[in-house]
Amino acid sequence: MISITINRNISPSIKFKDNSNLRKLKNRIFKIIIIILSIITISPIVLILSKLVIKGFRQINIDFFTQVAPDTFEAMMAIASGDVIPGGIANGITGTLLIVIIASVIAIPIGVITGVYLYENQGKKYANLIRNLSDILQGVPSIVLGIIGYLWVVLRVTNGFSAFAGSVALSIMMLPLIVRSTEETMKMVPENIKEAAAALGVPYHKIILRVMIPSSFSGLLTGILLAISRVLGETAPLLLTTLGSSFINLNISKPTSAVPLLIWNFYNDPNMINLIWSSSLFLIGLVLALNLIAKRIIARREK
Amino acid sequence: MNSEKITKHVLFTVSLIILIISTGILASLIKGAMPAFKEFGLKFIIAPDWNPTEGRESYGALVFIFGTITSSLLALILCIPLAFSTSLFIAEYFKKTRIASILKTLVDLLAGVPSIVYGLWGFYVLRPAIISLGINDQGFGIFTSSLILAIMIIPYATSLSNEVIAMVPDELKEAAYSLGATRLEVIFRVIIPNARSGIVASYILALGRALGETMAVTMLIGNANVIPKSIFSTGNSMASIIANQFGEADGLKLSSLIAIGLLLFAITAIVNAFGKFVINKLS
Amino acid sequence: MKENNLDIQNPILSIKDLSIAYVQDKYAVKNVNAEIERNAITAIMGPSGCGKSTLLRAINRMHELYPNINTKGEILLHQENIYKMDTIKLRRKIGMVFQRPNPFPTMSIYDNVIAGYKLNGVKLKKQQRDEIVEKSLQDVTLWSEVKDSLFKKGTFLSGGQQQRLCIARALAYNPEVILLDEPTSALDPIATARVEELLVELKKKYTIVLVTHNMSQAARISDNSLFMYLGELVEYGKTNVMFTNPIDSRTEAYLTGQFG
Repeated sequence: MISITINRNISPSIKFKDNSNLRKLKNRIFKIIIIILSIITISPIVLILSKLVIKGFRQINIDFFTQVAPDTFEAMMAIASGDVIPGGIANGITGTLLIVIIASVIAIPIGVITGVYLYENQGKKYANLIRNLSDILQGVPSIVLGIIGYLWVVLRVTNGFSAFAGSVALSIMMLPLIVRSTEETMKMVPENIKEAAAALGVPYHKIILRVMIPSSFSGLLTGILLAISRVLGETAPLLLTTLGSSFINLNISKPTSAVPLLIWNFYNDPNMINLIWSSSLFLIGLVLALNLIAKRIIARREK
Repeated sequence: MNSEKITKHVLFTVSLIILIISTGILASLIKGAMPAFKEFGLKFIIAPDWNPTEGRESYGALVFIFGTITSSLLALILCIPLAFSTSLFIAEYFKKTRIASILKTLVDLLAGVPSIVYGLWGFYVLRPAIISLGINDQGFGIFTSSLILAIMIIPYATSLSNEVIAMVPDELKEAAYSLGATRLEVIFRVIIPNARSGIVASYILALGRALGETMAVTMLIGNANVIPKSIFSTGNSMASIIANQFGEADGLKLSSLIAIGLLLFAITAIVNAFGKFVINKLS
Repeated sequence: MKENNLDIQNPILSIKDLSIAYVQDKYAVKNVNAEIERNAITAIMGPSGCGKSTLLRAINRMHELYPNINTKGEILLHQENIYKMDTIKLRRKIGMVFQRPNPFPTMSIYDNVIAGYKLNGVKLKKQQRDEIVEKSLQDVTLWSEVKDSLFKKGTFLSGGQQQRLCIARALAYNPEVILLDEPTSALDPIATARVEELLVELKKKYTIVLVTHNMSQAARISDNSLFMYLGELVEYGKTNVMFTNPIDSRTEAYLTGQFG
């Protein structure tokens, strides 16, 4: 046994000033500040949503979904005679659907396959490079992707502003989100499922298509929905690529409108200013609904 | 060739697309920006004039770089106290309670609001408030856009910091409590030192977001192509000048706008890479 | 509760009718009465989930960190009810050491030892700090091992060294009672032996209350033992008497390894 000698009570000479009341007061004040600042943090979202609902709700009717946006003269006449501004945002809704569907068609297969590749090649140098590039792409400002859509598609492919150019810009935004979420969900598939399939002699591509993708399907779907909701409200890249149109257009090589572009037009036209709130309410409703569905899927999976 | 090899080749080939897109973006931006850099040289970056008058055309990026960086930094400064408090609310004070999950959901909703809707709200709600407070007559300016940017980046500034704050081991907090520390002291002496790099990283990534924001800033910054005299003056940002003038631009002006796009790409990439570096140091 | 010939004169702590519930009416500690002997090692034993950790934490009110806790009864420290005391002052008098070594990873060894003063905003002169660090580390027999690396992070030490550093951190703040919650459960046998020797030595100056799931540890170093089962204090007495001659059949079953 080692011998231990305890010296003494340590430094009994040290006098403690009783600061406990002050410290407890500071502690309480800090907590109050945290609560107040947290309330301030969430107040904008509450204010924004209520503003949109209050100002926009009245404008939403059947016409809103079936009619194209009015021209400024029609709107002016309606305002002069005290009527509700006629028309709706049908050209925006169809345009948004067209642009986002094409963007998804481009981004989903590339994103999922790249995600699978990254999952299958963990730790390899080239895979790390791709992962880092994907992270860099995720940080590229959307307006810069608008320039890219213009340079790559508007100037060279469609020889003019087009839905397709917008889809290309948005697909580059979606791509890194899908890559990342695919890789992450693949990691959660139990290794033994894969091994069991391999032991049965199932070919590699069938393991991916029949085992890996189905067993991580809800995760993939969540990632895709979040990626779509992320680009639905994008305005800046579309300004540089799809330009806008007053008609319903389903030709991907022609200029096309989109809901956020219509909001931008309404905002810039004093006669149509009343339409901004209903269009914004619709847009935000769409984005939040997709978000909500994605969150539901996550919650169900976690159970 | 057997099917396994073919599949591996397909996976590899598709993954090349990311590489092609990334290098392609950089190459296209550089190529598009070349005429401007040939005409003005690297002085383009520090030249403060933006004069599209034919015959006397002269373009420089300084006004916009200045506007983007000041509005984003100011946004970050305004955002930090809010994001920091919210993280402590969610991940410490009310950890795992219903009220914390409601707050978290609301903060997440902030990320779902499109930029243009923030712009509208800023224009119709924030701007009149700023006018009535007498901050400036028009309500436009660096400060107004920073305010809206600060709200927009809160979800990015909180998400990672929530995680790292919640991850500080209970044993460390208990050790401090057992020595008589108050919660405030535990937060500043134990939680923050242990979660520091994650918190810093999330603020850097939020800054990266603010730098690239376009629509809300365009609607509020005032679009004046001058160096702002104070944070309450009007100015312009890199993303805004592109959004506003790209449509009718050609020739040298178009090239100058693409050059600004290239610079914006570079600045955000550097900021984001720095954020990632801090995160990697963490793990 | 059954008691063997335990006669504690002038106890430092008296636990009176203590009941603690985490959930409404579900008691983790039920109606416990016990007096803790000064300058002795008191071991709290029992199968997992018996409430021994909760009882220990109730002594410096660490159990209150969990929300919705309901505490009835009282604990007297020098005849003063700790539930009426300020926790800051209470925890100065009653220090704690935890199951897993938990030195602050962002602080050096030196700063870890004086963490109690730093956290409580006590300003010390450099000379006082040096003295406290040196003496506290000597008391836990760590001084010779770390005196050349005082300004390195505490986390590079071995598990046993880290745990002794944590004991030094508690001692440095000069408490009267030290609570230890299974302090050797994460340590190897050699490190465990050193901590046990240390505790036996420390009781000359301090009162030690120790939760342990290791019966032989209780037998080796404790003076008095409490045996808890399902939140109740089943038996309390001199350790040597309880181990050779348990009164309650549940104590006997536990000590002979029939559950645990």
